[in-house]
Amino acid sequence: MEINNNQLLRFTTAGSVDDGKSTLIGRLLFDSKSIFEDQLESVSNTSAKKGHDGVDLALFTDGLKDEREQGITIDVAYRYFTTPKRKFIIADTPGHIQYTRNMVTGASTANAAVILIDARHGVIEQTKRHSFIASLLNIPHLIVCINKMDLVDYSEEVYNNIIGQFEEFSSKLLMKDVRFIPISALLGDNVVNRSKNMDWYQEGTLLSTLEKLHISSDINKIDARFAVQTVLRPQNEDFRDYRGYAGRIASGIYRVGDEVAVLPSGFQSKIKSINAGEKEVKEAYAPMSVSITLEDDIDVSRGNMIVKQNNQPEQEQEFDVMLCWLNNDPIKPRAKYTIMHTSNEERAMVKEVVYKMNINTFERDSEDATLEMNDIARVKIRTTRRLMLDSYRDNRNTGSIILIDENTNETVAAGMII
Amino acid sequence: MSKYYLNYLDELESEAIYILREVWAQFENPVILFSGGKDSILVTHLAKKAFYPSKIPFALMHVDTGHNFPETIQFRNDLVEKLGVKLIVGSVQDSIDQGRVAEEKGKNATRNALQITTLLDAIETNKVDCAIGGGRRDEEKARAKERFFSHRDDFGQWDPKNQRPELWNLLNGKHFEGEHFRAFPISNWTEMDVWNYIKRENISIPSLYYAHEREVVFRSNSWIPVSEYLKLEEGEKVEKKKIRFRTLGDITITGGIESDADTLEKIALEVSAMRKTERGDRSDDKRSETAMEDRKKQGYF
Repeated sequence: MEINNNQLLRFTTAGSVDDGKSTLIGRLLFDSKSIFEDQLESVSNTSAKKGHDGVDLALFTDGLKDEREQGITIDVAYRYFTTPKRKFIIADTPGHIQYTRNMVTGASTANAAVILIDARHGVIEQTKRHSFIASLLNIPHLIVCINKMDLVDYSEEVYNNIIGQFEEFSSKLLMKDVRFIPISALLGDNVVNRSKNMDWYQEGTLLSTLEKLHISSDINKIDARFAVQTVLRPQNEDFRDYRGYAGRIASGIYRVGDEVAVLPSGFQSKIKSINAGEKEVKEAYAPMSVSITLEDDIDVSRGNMIVKQNNQPEQEQEFDVMLCWLNNDPIKPRAKYTIMHTSNEERAMVKEVVYKMNINTFERDSEDATLEMNDIARVKIRTTRRLMLDSYRDNRNTGSIILIDENTNETVAAGMII
Repeated sequence: MSKYYLNYLDELESEAIYILREVWAQFENPVILFSGGKDSILVTHLAKKAFYPSKIPFALMHVDTGHNFPETIQFRNDLVEKLGVKLIVGSVQDSIDQGRVAEEKGKNATRNALQITTLLDAIETNKVDCAIGGGRRDEEKARAKERFFSHRDDFGQWDPKNQRPELWNLLNGKHFEGEHFRAFPISNWTEMDVWNYIKRENISIPSLYYAHEREVVFRSNSWIPVSEYLKLEEGEKVEKKKIRFRTLGDITITGGIESDADTLEKIALEVSAMRKTERGDRSDDKRSETAMEDRKKQGYF
């Protein structure tokens, strides 16, 4: 295969137990010829051992010992396949235990979410929950697959009814791009190959939809944000005065000669050079990893942000966040946590739970101030020093935070800045 | 389409560089686990880019089973000299001599599992708090569950069911004294991506990856190289074949495939047409369905 300019698309899959999610992923991998002979052989043997007829496609996504024994998915697993058009990364998230925690994790870097609905059952509570999380995490593209069409006689009416149900509740959610596809993962209809059983459906298959999604405009190109990860100061003769600020561009475009400000100090300077590895470049953009040098010798360190003078983020010490609680231990009122935001780290306190979301009904509960595993709530956070913030809607990279429990070092919460 | 987007190889490269820089920023004493195989060579190459024009700020740590391909050791020594980095060798032979581990017995005995003790000892004695590995999620089902920053307790063990959630680009490397992390910057690369990138960047790799004539024995469906450590079994005969290796590990268990691919172009082409996974020729993974998971939980790479 030639090296080409194909893009990478990351998507996450969500469905409740028995929606056929594992079968769908198995089908995508199998029909796109991403399964190797030894994997097929191993899965065929296991299928036979379990008494299945033919190959159980769901087994391709089996992972850990406990998962195989119990027939469930415990943790996010990543799968890979490539077509002549794109490289794909699937974040395969479990449908039941710790669903919110795992789905939020898989969704955080996804360009698209694939949500499965069982055609026999239509929209159920879990569909709403998964759609809510996709919208909350601001996943740019949502593909709703109505699965098991073979079990409802490939009925267009059933399909249209489910679209109706979906649109009714999803009008309350912020979603930019939603598509619907009738499929049978088990039999392969409209997954990779076009179905012969549903002439009434003229749009693309799941794979061709994933191949064509326009994703290059999903990254914010307007607001230039560059958080410094580390400072490069080579100890050799050729680069004696080199002071490179290394990081990955979060959003926007940087060019040599740009007038920039370093936050939080506010010192101003101009970009002198940009390096991508050994190569010097004139301009760089998200999500490139580069190192930048400035014309002036100013104090810049990890956690600082280099931005354009005329376009700066807010600097706040108190702000509102939609917080997902990810840990078995519930939130401790007024306890101190470590907050990570871009390459910055401070101490933080959750001052107040404004309201808790009921993610099945989308209702807000402002009475309940507890936060337990899988809960989502709007909270007020106060940090020891100001952070350079954007809202999550505008910028996924500079609008997201995690909280770390200082007693256990565990990541206990993920937040999206409002 | 706007020109401001990255192709998939550039995006993978950028992600890996980001992770390597996070390791450097968050840990006191990180090392690159270097086996001499293509994945650890790739990680080293990416580290060079991540810190240019500075030198790579990590030592290379090699867990030496004592059963090496001589070509791998030569390659390792040349690379260390070229990059001017420190080399740390953890020796399985030393672990055996010190009575820390015992050689496996029986027909398919290997030193593969013994590496775990040597690796954990080397991590402890060198006070390493993060070991960067070339593990990829597409390699094996237990590896598909790995985080970029993967926590190990003070026994060096991995608890796959209780991992820290990893969201956006926010990597939590916080740990207590005695614990350490493994970092996997090329988690999202597939075997094909690795070869396409090696070809694009023209990265030098050990000659063993190119097709060459070699004395081999056919065993467990692959060609095992003849070496001083190989004990011939009844009915096995030594043949001369043109082969190459898809992965490099301990010489006693790494099987080659018949091939004419003697350039990076030909290798990439051959890999794209492969119908078997690369670890399909590794007898260490064939022992049981959960061979990798079991070893990883104990502290394996």
